[in-house]
Amino acid sequence: MRISRKKLNIELYKKLYLIRKAEERIQDEYSKDEMKTPMHMSMGGEAISAGVCHALGASGQAFSSYRSHGVYLAKTMETDKFFAELYGKKTGAARGKAGSMHLSMPEKGYLGASAVVGTPIPLAVGATFANVRKNNKNIVAVFFGDGAIDEGVFWESINMAALWKLPVLFVCEDNGLAIHTPPHMRHGYDSIAEVISKFKVNVLSSDSTDVEEIHNVVRRGINLIYATSRPCFLHLKYYRYLEHVGINPDFNAGYRSAKEFKKWNKRDPLLVQRQKLLKLSVPEKAISVLENKINASIERSIVSAQKAPFSSEKELFKDIFYERS
Amino acid sequence: MKEAKGKRMITYCEALNEAISLEMERDSKVFVYGLDVADHKRTFGSGAGLLEKFGPERYFSTPLSEDALTGFGLGAAINGLKPILVHIRMDFLLLSMSQLVNMVAAYRYGTGGKVKAPFVIRAVIGRGWGQGFQHSKTMHSVFAHIPGLKVVMPTTPYDVKGLFASAVRDENPVLFLEHRWLYWVEGEVPKASYTIPLGKGSIVKKGKDMTIVATSWMNVEALKAAEVLKKRGVDVEIVDPRTIAPLDKKIILDSAKKTGRVIVADYDWVPYGFGAEVEAIVSKECFRRLKAPDQRLGFAHAPCPTARHLENKFYPTAISIIRAVEKMFKMKPENLSSESFYTYENKFKGPF
Repeated sequence: MRISRKKLNIELYKKLYLIRKAEERIQDEYSKDEMKTPMHMSMGGEAISAGVCHALGASGQAFSSYRSHGVYLAKTMETDKFFAELYGKKTGAARGKAGSMHLSMPEKGYLGASAVVGTPIPLAVGATFANVRKNNKNIVAVFFGDGAIDEGVFWESINMAALWKLPVLFVCEDNGLAIHTPPHMRHGYDSIAEVISKFKVNVLSSDSTDVEEIHNVVRRGINLIYATSRPCFLHLKYYRYLEHVGINPDFNAGYRSAKEFKKWNKRDPLLVQRQKLLKLSVPEKAISVLENKINASIERSIVSAQKAPFSSEKELFKDIFYERS
Repeated sequence: MKEAKGKRMITYCEALNEAISLEMERDSKVFVYGLDVADHKRTFGSGAGLLEKFGPERYFSTPLSEDALTGFGLGAAINGLKPILVHIRMDFLLLSMSQLVNMVAAYRYGTGGKVKAPFVIRAVIGRGWGQGFQHSKTMHSVFAHIPGLKVVMPTTPYDVKGLFASAVRDENPVLFLEHRWLYWVEGEVPKASYTIPLGKGSIVKKGKDMTIVATSWMNVEALKAAEVLKKRGVDVEIVDPRTIAPLDKKIILDSAKKTGRVIVADYDWVPYGFGAEVEAIVSKECFRRLKAPDQRLGFAHAPCPTARHLENKFYPTAISIIRAVEKMFKMKPENLSSESFYTYENKFKGPF
């Protein structure tokens, strides 16, 4: 038990570290203006991406909003096609068509990201319907922010999933801000979890930054889905470290204070998990080894993405339609 | 596939129903859903018997959630199913414009071609009487404007059956627009399944003096106009593009080059519409062969009014086509009082 918990936590830490490090490297490189794609950074929310995707397993599927780096990296654990896509290169995950806002890797279960926040939610319901029809037990998760619940399509979707008893995992990543607007300026109710609990839906909430705890909440959610034949709504709080779009902190903008950040940063997901590994008697050296391995693979990916060719101009008209060859 | 003609006479609605049934039989991944599709009326009868034959898992009514239903279809499609979403009015489809334009149309492209989105969205268009401005839209040129969507507008019973089969088998998002009045039209339709390729128009009537490019119900009006004009010595050719996107430019251009005169009789508002697109193509490709400026007919550029006398002014008819042709040939307007024209009460039942 102890060993398997240790293993689990190492795996979870790898995911957290990969996401954080990849984004820190984006911050370093972005000012060169070679990655010409708006970045909605996952920084601060890594525990949710990592915890949920790990619990989903390889057969699980996911959709997300454009705050997509965390989900992409946690689901695929690869950075070659990731960076190539951000650089708009031929070797990118979508050969440069997608950029940061529409990352996907369907072959690894990441079915796509959308830049209109509520829009991927019904796709998860339909994808789940297909899985149920195929009887394959794959869980589909959809990640969205608390801004997306202001859109009608969220309510339409959760109603349909509840009505048709579809095993969808709704993952609300609540950072308390829709762009720059706080909940009290957007919501005619106090608690989203309470409102959703009136639907025939399992509701679980957490404000933990401990990836293992989130992983366990998701496992509980998935078990509930099967036990009750009802979808699950996860309300997970986190703090967005950076500006809505872009790579910088924006505490000088006046809509939020750095104090809040400091409070959350004390329990930063990476910090929490690294300390836990030490407590679980993973040697410091072993942690450094795995960190360095991830660093090196990110560097290789960045260099090869920078060197990779752009696609030919013919790419513009490719894949608008599927055509039988 | 060859468009072999059978001898059976059935209605457009029956032909569509047969096509849906045959596709559901052929491919267990196909399912039909939408507002009230499984009620006692079954979308004006086009869904008759399908619930009984295929069960509620493959034929089901839904909440009134057009936007999410569209995303639901896309999600099901990229995960291996073949959804057919039904809107009993085009106007309701507009609730799903975000999903349709932001998601459905672009999804394959955005994944670099890694997923397919075989998704048929049916919408009933056209008039009854007094349907007003929210039960009467068409808007095919709006959808054809968007890269990633195919738009099909069948006119005849034969066409609706063959084009529907192609739409379901296409592996791409296809909007399938069915005019309510055409549901009553009878025509020859083979019993067996067949396909008509998307992007191939048809010559509804051959002629040598001028070309009418007509969409959907306007083919009925154009045929009537041609019958009247023939008595005055004008031999009209009628081209039905059948699919708006992709468009069969060749069939339109061949006819335009032959006759040198083109009128587009469209079933939608005129400004910025399908007629403008056709005229741009015709002007570019056969400018020197045109004997008269192209003309465009369509809805009055107003919301559709309810009162009958205003509604009559709103919709283009055989009479408006005749008047346009007379102008084009500098003929005096004919007294048409002895002619009988189609109205809601005087249904056109075909055959073509």
